[in-house]
Formats: sequence, structure tokens, C-alpha cells
Amino acid sequence: MSRLYAKGRVLGFKRAKRNQRPDISLVQIEGVKTLADTEFYLGKRIAFVYRAKREVNGSKIRCIWGRITRAHGGSGAVKARFRNNLPAKSFGASVRVMMYPSRV
Amino acid sequence: MVHKPRNSLLTAGVNKYSRSQVVAKRVLYKRKPAGAVAVCPAAANKTVEVKGAKNGGSRVIAAAKAPRFYAAEDVALPKKNRKHAGVAKLRSTIVPGTVLILLAGRYRGKRVVFLKQLESGLLLVSGPFKVNGVPLKRVNQAYVIATSTKVELDASKIDAQLNDAYFARPKAAKKAATEEAFFEGEKKKEPLAENKVALQKATDKVILEAVNKVEHLRQYLSAKFSLSKGQAPHALQF
Repeated sequence: MSRLYAKGRVLGFKRAKRNQRPDISLVQIEGVKTLADTEFYLGKRIAFVYRAKREVNGSKIRCIWGRITRAHGGSGAVKARFRNNLPAKSFGASVRVMMYPSRV
Repeated sequence: MVHKPRNSLLTAGVNKYSRSQVVAKRVLYKRKPAGAVAVCPAAANKTVEVKGAKNGGSRVIAAAKAPRFYAAEDVALPKKNRKHAGVAKLRSTIVPGTVLILLAGRYRGKRVVFLKQLESGLLLVSGPFKVNGVPLKRVNQAYVIATSTKVELDASKIDAQLNDAYFARPKAAKKAATEEAFFEGEKKKEPLAENKVALQKATDKVILEAVNKVEHLRQYLSAKFSLSKGQAPHALQF
């Protein structure tokens, strides 16, 4: 199987000590270790693909799309906004960081 | 009768309804274009016969009588929308002959040769079809990675026929659904028009000539791109 996306992991929501901002999710992308590395991924489409019990349009696989908006800190984590806020069960799950929209 | 304006000021400078709310309230889409004055056709004259010995026999008069009344109020014409999307600027890394990697869609992962940018801003690419099965097609440059590999292509040899209109789908004539057609089942797909096949072959010939001059380039074009374990796209040199 060929893969055309980078793998990412959902770290959680943007948050403070007591408050969460569920409209912004934090994602760590594989192989991205520095702030400079994240530049490539800004604006890229990101997909949380998951399985559900009930079929929708003939498929049990569903997807929540989003975009990477900016870097988060200096260790290569990024902030992402999804069309629908990610469910809490996505924390720790893998997301697909697409290579488009491309700038190279 | 002219009614009083629907909108009113909440405070100075702040309307009760926004511009779009007012439009929605007017339900113009339900109304016929009332008050649209029929445009007078270009004044044409006609000759009529006039009876009476002293009247000269015939007379030239206006073909259509001018209306006896004009609308008292000016008819508002809808504002013309002058906005339109601009054409995407070609990325500096993409020039005719550049090998691109398609990132999405049916042909994702395939390497293709960029031919030219069309008027719509889309990129015209070809596999070539014989090498990797990608036909002449249009792609958005957002869904494409430009590689540093280039095919030394003579761009002037590409048929000018290849434009946006060439890719437009022919409009199927709407037929009333007959019982026969309904039970006939799936229609067979029509084969690609002969001239399109010929154009594909002619274009690919130009590309292949250039490709074959460089060792391994043909194999490179037929190979698919994909990320493997431990590869991060930001670190790759395309």
C-alpha cells in the first residue's frame, strides 16, 4: 500500500491549566521535531479517520477533515482546526496529514 | 404605492437589518421582474398608404407606437457583479516539462509531465498515457508536487487544441424518461472519441521523444511515488 500522507498523533486540545479549547487540537507529526520543520505543514489538510458502528453512505469508515493552522511551541507540534471538533476519543489516535495543498 | 422602508436605524449608523437580511425579506426570487420596461426595438419605420387625393399617397411612420405613458419612477436595475476569480499564478518551480507528482484523486502517487498552464489556471499534464496510464488531464497546482526532474520539452509542439474547452463535458441532451430506457439498465460507456485518442497519441509522441533521450527517465515516470516508514515529507528534496 502506498502512503501519500504523513502520520500525526492527536495530543489533545489546546488548553490552559483548567480550561480547554476544543476548537483547536494539538497534533504531533511523525519526524517533525523543530519549529522550523512545521513550516512545511502549515495549511495542509488533515484527516481523522475512524470506524463507527452504523453505515453511512455504504461505509462504516468516517472522516473528520481539518487544516493545520500554526505551530505549537518549539518542538514540532502543530495546532489544527477541524470542521467538527475532534471527539475526546481521538486523543492519542493517529491522523493523516495530507501533502496538499502543496507549495513545493 | 410605495411603502415605508423596511429597514430602520437602531442607532446612528447601525441598521436594524443587514443588507442581506433586507434582500431575503424582499423575497425577490418569488416575484416576477415587475416594472421591467419593455425595451423599445430600434425605431423602425414603415410606409403606409394614405387615402385621399391630397395626401400624397403614402407616408413614412414609426413601426411601433411610442408608449403613451412612462413609468413615473425609475426602475432600479440590479447591480452587475464585477467580481470574478483570478487565475492562479504558476508556482516558480513548475515550468513546461517539469515532472510533477499527483497528490490526490484517482491518479495520486503518479508522476506526470507538465505541459502548460491553461487559461483557467489549471495545469495540463500527461502521464504520458503509454508510460503510466495517466491521460491528458487538468490538475490544480495545489494537488501537485513539483520535482526537480525536467523533461526537455519543446512546448511549442503541444497542440493548441488542448484548452479548457477541450476538457469540457459534452452536454447530454435531456430525454424524457421512457419506460424502455428505464428498464434497459445501465448504458454502456461510450468509447473515447477518436480525435481525442489521436491527440493523446500525438502529444505523448512529443513527450516520449524527449523522455527516451534520457536514461531511466521512462522508468522514473512509470514508478509511483509514496512515503515509506520514517520518511517525513518536509525533509524530502523533491
